[in-house]
Amino acid sequence: MSDATRSIASPPRRGRQGRPGRPGRPVGRDRLPALALVLAMIAVAFFALPLMGLLWKAPWSNAWSLLHKAGSLTALRLSIVCSLWATALSIMFGVPLAWLLARVEFRGRGIVRALCTLSMVLPPVVGGVALFFALGRRGFVGQYLDRWFDIRLPFTTAGVVVAQTFVAMPFLVLTVEAALRQFDRRFEDAARTLGASRWYVFRRVTLPAIRPALVAGAVLAWARALGEFGATITFAGNFPGTTQTMPLAVYLALESDPAQAIVLALVMIVMSFAVLIGLRDRWLGAVTTRSA
Amino acid sequence: MSLAAQISLSIGTFDLDVQFSVEPGEVVALLGPNGAGKSTLLRALAGLAPIDGGRIAIDDTVLDDPAADVFVTADARPVGVVFQDYLLFAHLSALENVAFGLRARGMPRAQANKVAAERLGRMGLSDHAGHRPAQLSGGQAQRVALARALATQPRLLLLDEPLAALDAGTRAEVRTDLRRHLATFAGMRILVTHDPIDAYALADRVIVIEDGRVSQTGSLAEVTAQPRSRYVADLVGVNLLSGDLAHGVLTTPTGAQIVSLDGAAEPTPDGSALVAIRPQSIVLHPEQPLGSTRNVWPVTVIDIDQYADRVRVRLDGPVPLVAEITPAALAALALQPGSRVWAAVKASETMAYPS
Repeated sequence: MSDATRSIASPPRRGRQGRPGRPGRPVGRDRLPALALVLAMIAVAFFALPLMGLLWKAPWSNAWSLLHKAGSLTALRLSIVCSLWATALSIMFGVPLAWLLARVEFRGRGIVRALCTLSMVLPPVVGGVALFFALGRRGFVGQYLDRWFDIRLPFTTAGVVVAQTFVAMPFLVLTVEAALRQFDRRFEDAARTLGASRWYVFRRVTLPAIRPALVAGAVLAWARALGEFGATITFAGNFPGTTQTMPLAVYLALESDPAQAIVLALVMIVMSFAVLIGLRDRWLGAVTTRSA
Repeated sequence: MSLAAQISLSIGTFDLDVQFSVEPGEVVALLGPNGAGKSTLLRALAGLAPIDGGRIAIDDTVLDDPAADVFVTADARPVGVVFQDYLLFAHLSALENVAFGLRARGMPRAQANKVAAERLGRMGLSDHAGHRPAQLSGGQAQRVALARALATQPRLLLLDEPLAALDAGTRAEVRTDLRRHLATFAGMRILVTHDPIDAYALADRVIVIEDGRVSQTGSLAEVTAQPRSRYVADLVGVNLLSGDLAHGVLTTPTGAQIVSLDGAAEPTPDGSALVAIRPQSIVLHPEQPLGSTRNVWPVTVIDIDQYADRVRVRLDGPVPLVAEITPAALAALALQPGSRVWAAVKASETMAYPS
């Protein structure tokens, strides 16, 4: 367990690097065949070029005023708040769900897992439509939410959070479930024999062990929520100030003011890039290690 | 304070059915081959596997009794466990590992750490209190695991193959260490092992488990002198022959005869019996010996294992035997696989007992 933890905690590239003292110069078995190298470089260019296109087209002279143009900052704030809420809800419900899928043997577990991760493969718009007919004011659950609790989700900020959670949670569930399956349960047994309650074991033994996967899953879920477009616009609509998140604002701006769209897009890119750099392969590396 | 255990438990096609007790302050070794059910038995005692039938109790406290619908969960049992590969929590320091059980029972952090530091000190690990398990050697990790299990002051301590995770070089040293530290604990101790040397070094009594059943129990000396199964005989390095005993002569199923007059005041009753012959009692001769020796068989050498100061020779003949001779005897007899010699055992050197 300690070895596994260490390999997860430290960036994998360090262990595979060539001889010490010669960073950046792959030697021996680390050297790629020429063809693979060319293909890899094309892949890098494929990701870098669109970014450069944006930078090239960016209206640098009046970027600041475009950013402050009505609605932009509101959309940015809404995006951040909603995506963090969606991440929090994904953790709150997703961890117990992952636990259920990983630990409890029951009939139809495969079907439940497929159902709970369906929104990963479903076109988000379809998810939005489904949400609408379930939780909308005339929906088969929504009508009671409306009638009994006076709760209306469609076309509200809460609706944005629901739509984002719907598409984001599966990323967290799958990541955490894999970590729970991989974790040696005998550590939990050991903790039990030391007098720990189930809840104490979960907090002090299981949770620390799966923490890298939990962080990775939460980041994936947050990224998915931040970029969410289809389900949001279908279920929550596109009202500036309440449901218009950044992706929606970018899409709309592209119709009316492409320069503003570019600025908003760059803001999102900078923000996402900062998060990825901040976490580096330290946490995201855990995903590859665990699924490998 | 004693343990009374009657356990029947099925896992898949394997079923465990054992009954035994442990007296106050006793160290018992559960000895058995891999897959005999030793670890399952420990799990049942620890409360990690509920039993299907029977009863586990320490004094008047019933821990598991399916018939009476009693099951005390692992966290509520006065049972400490040292697991096979120690299972120290990798994200906690040695000190925090030892304090874990106390913290789990609600002791404030400062107090728990103080008790844990004192425990580590007794194990000679004060310098390693802040180290993570990955930074500890096998022997140190074992002592931390022991300190962790003892910190909550259990009445019964279970050790699952405590020496199996160590390499041969450190085993002997750690075994001596473990023996010393185990002696400081006054409660009952049950040690699971497949190595008779561990059992000999650490335990007062041996319970042999084979295929989910208790096949023999007693002190190690008793078990060594009168092995009741092929497994135990091989384990302690004794030749074991079974057959029918009549007037001090054992006849094996293949028709070979072993004369056994063990000189006991009460002769072993006739009937189904076992005869144990220590390898050291077997004398090899190049020619058929003439003399008073009652058991003499022509045998063929199968193979020869040389150790530092002794030689074990596996023999095939009317009865399969292992003889232990000196290197000098080996040289004098010029033995090699395929050599044909005579094996002789005095009747008084054999031990017959009912099977």
